[in-house]
Amino acid sequence: MSHRVITASRLTDGAVVWRDAAGAWREDIDRAAARDDDDAVAAMLADAHADEAAGRVIAPYEVEVDIMRTANASMLVPVRLRERIRAGGPTVGQN
Amino acid sequence: MYAYDSLDQTFVDERSAQFRDQVRRRLANELSEDEFKPLRLRNGLYLQLHAYMLRVAIPYGVLAADQLRALARVARHFDRGYGHFTTRQNVQFNWIRLADAPDIIDELAAVEMHAVQTSGNCIRNITTDQFAGVAADEIEDPRPWAEIIRQWSTNHPEFSFLPRKFKVAVTGSASDRSAMRVHDIGVRLVRGLDDEVGFEIWVGGGLGRTPMIAQLLRGFLPKEHLLSYLEAILRVYNVEGRRDNLFKARIKILVSTLGIERFRELVEAEWSHIKDSGLQLAAATIARMQAHFRAPAYADLPGRSQEFEARRFEDSAFARWAKANLFPHKRPGYAAVTISLKPIGGIPGDLTAAQMDAVADLADAYSFGEIRVTHRQNLVLAHVPQTRLFDLWRALDGLDLATPNLSRVTDIIACPGLDYCGLATARSIPIAQRLSERLAALDEQYDLDQLSINISGCINSCSHHHVGHIGILGLEKSGAESYQVTLGGSSAEDAAVGRIVGPGFGADDVIDAIETIILTYVNQRGDGERFLDTVRRVGQEPFRAALYNPS
Amino acid sequence: MRLIRLIEGRPVTETDMWTRVADDAPLPDGAPVIVSLPRWQAERETLARRNAAVGIWLASDEKLHALINDLDRLDLVALDFPLLTDGRHFTTARLLRERYGFDGEIRATGQVLRDQLFAMARCGFDSFELAAHQDADGAHRAFREISVVFQPAADARVPAAALRVQRHAALAAAE
Repeated sequence: MSHRVITASRLTDGAVVWRDAAGAWREDIDRAAARDDDDAVAAMLADAHADEAAGRVIAPYEVEVDIMRTANASMLVPVRLRERIRAGGPTVGQN
Repeated sequence: MYAYDSLDQTFVDERSAQFRDQVRRRLANELSEDEFKPLRLRNGLYLQLHAYMLRVAIPYGVLAADQLRALARVARHFDRGYGHFTTRQNVQFNWIRLADAPDIIDELAAVEMHAVQTSGNCIRNITTDQFAGVAADEIEDPRPWAEIIRQWSTNHPEFSFLPRKFKVAVTGSASDRSAMRVHDIGVRLVRGLDDEVGFEIWVGGGLGRTPMIAQLLRGFLPKEHLLSYLEAILRVYNVEGRRDNLFKARIKILVSTLGIERFRELVEAEWSHIKDSGLQLAAATIARMQAHFRAPAYADLPGRSQEFEARRFEDSAFARWAKANLFPHKRPGYAAVTISLKPIGGIPGDLTAAQMDAVADLADAYSFGEIRVTHRQNLVLAHVPQTRLFDLWRALDGLDLATPNLSRVTDIIACPGLDYCGLATARSIPIAQRLSERLAALDEQYDLDQLSINISGCINSCSHHHVGHIGILGLEKSGAESYQVTLGGSSAEDAAVGRIVGPGFGADDVIDAIETIILTYVNQRGDGERFLDTVRRVGQEPFRAALYNPS
Repeated sequence: MRLIRLIEGRPVTETDMWTRVADDAPLPDGAPVIVSLPRWQAERETLARRNAAVGIWLASDEKLHALINDLDRLDLVALDFPLLTDGRHFTTARLLRERYGFDGEIRATGQVLRDQLFAMARCGFDSFELAAHQDADGAHRAFREISVVFQPAADARVPAAALRVQRHAALAAAE
């Protein structure tokens, strides 16, 4: 199975956030908990929906990612362009 | 321009307080997102890919210098130092925090601005000709009518939850610069029998998934009945429009399903009940509204400025800009100046806070403190004395705002696309930037005037790609961006929906494809023939052949 | 369920006197009932002969013309909002008041949230079955948040344009 992470938008500012292993919402996708079994992903998503109901985040969902590993680090790269742009910011900008 | 009285100001202040309380309830989790979403949308607040986005209303595209300065403050303090002007003559801020939104709205209210009805399934910002009050071919200034419609539509209790969004454009000229026929309702000032001025009413235009050109609903409507007639149309739509399918909910679908004759019967039957109601416009009300839009205190100037002519002769860069970016003013000695927000390789429609402040100062110095936003994402200083054009141009050039490309091939319209927008399926800005860079050289070589390229990042068509002479629609195909190209669209008085030229292109290939299309046009065009006329004359075949079967 | 009624324009939280009766349920003796449009159409005479008030409930896709001939036999029309965003019955209420002169109670049911109350009141609604989690104090305030209106509707508020005409006339008279 492919690896998946949970993402949402933060209520107060709309920022893109990713759910870490402890259930905290992080702005850095590399801190997200990536899981490859359906049960684990479903459990994370259920927790995320509880956070939505509590008014912390909006519209959580799962995102498929590739894991790029170096000797000491790993990076998460979403498969879809939309999610890569959410993770990395706009590909264009004002200088 | 229109100035608020205490009623307008009280409304905007009360609306701001109401919105502040709605945001407070959301942040306290008293409102769920499902409940809050229609409320925030009715105040122009979207949730986009990276943040909230606030769309601020610029009624019919007219801004005072102090209002533009307020937008600069918002950009600087609450955003990342810039704003994006849209095809609805509004401005959007891309990096807004929910918690800041009420303070921004207060800041706007202090300068007679708001974000009311810039989104949601209600009557949206009324748009018009950016050369209103300037164009010599105008029957009458459309702005007072746009303001009358704006007020009627403001917080309209019956039409707050329509089947879908609703867009109205008003034009006063035979040459349509307002894209009136791609609106839900198009209102055109016309002269009827005995020279009486009234309205033609068009209905059922719109883009999106099912693009349609508006049809004529009524050939002549006396002025005093404008609002009752609009109310009749909206009432028929509110009751009869489809609500079961988001993609079939616009009035264009209702009009095409019923047929224009049946739709007209329904509207006229409804109108017969309300025509003489409290919506009837008193002559004094019309006159007082028109007084708000009186011409500024023009100086008496000769029709041709010697100085302007001399400068044009001496300075070829100025001459080029003057040729492209000036529009004739009905007042002798004046010109309307378009400030291009399409620098070569830049982001269409973006303006930094520093540029906003600078343009506000230029408006004060050169154009009676007024700025207009065009639906092609540019700005206009509408009343500049010809004697001062050279100085203005030099100032604009110093701000990187003097690109001489109005209506030329690099005057590209683009929506924010997948870089910002939650609905987008592909990026549009980088395509616009790369095309602009590629086509600038081609423009030098081949003089590519009257050629519009419109790029939308999804089927919602915010950049009106269906009516671009060349339209580009970005889609997601098998996980990659794919761009579908249409040819032959127009949003002007010869409005038409462009036709798809063939299979789509990847993000890299689409730049080459557009270049191929333009070179094909250059080969095919007659003397001085516009791109649109060439496409209409030769059809799609030569373009298709060049794109898909190059010899 | 909390019921808010507008009495002389002021919101009051009240106990509901009306009973909503399902299509297959027996009619309670002597109590005001609200029935569906199909039931009214099937049992019109029985219902009209009862010694108690009758109201009809219209779903959001049921249209007013089905009952305009019966309006003088009705004391209440309830109009349903299955979704916050389904605005059809704003028109229904205005037509009831402004075109057909209905002076009974017009009640909003379904997704009735405080932020729609003002628009509903302007269209002629005068009672509101508040959705479950809405706070009643906030709902009362919702009627007072906006004091300026820009178009005539079914209420007594004077639109800005008419106020301007009045002010202008007063100024002219003073000269």
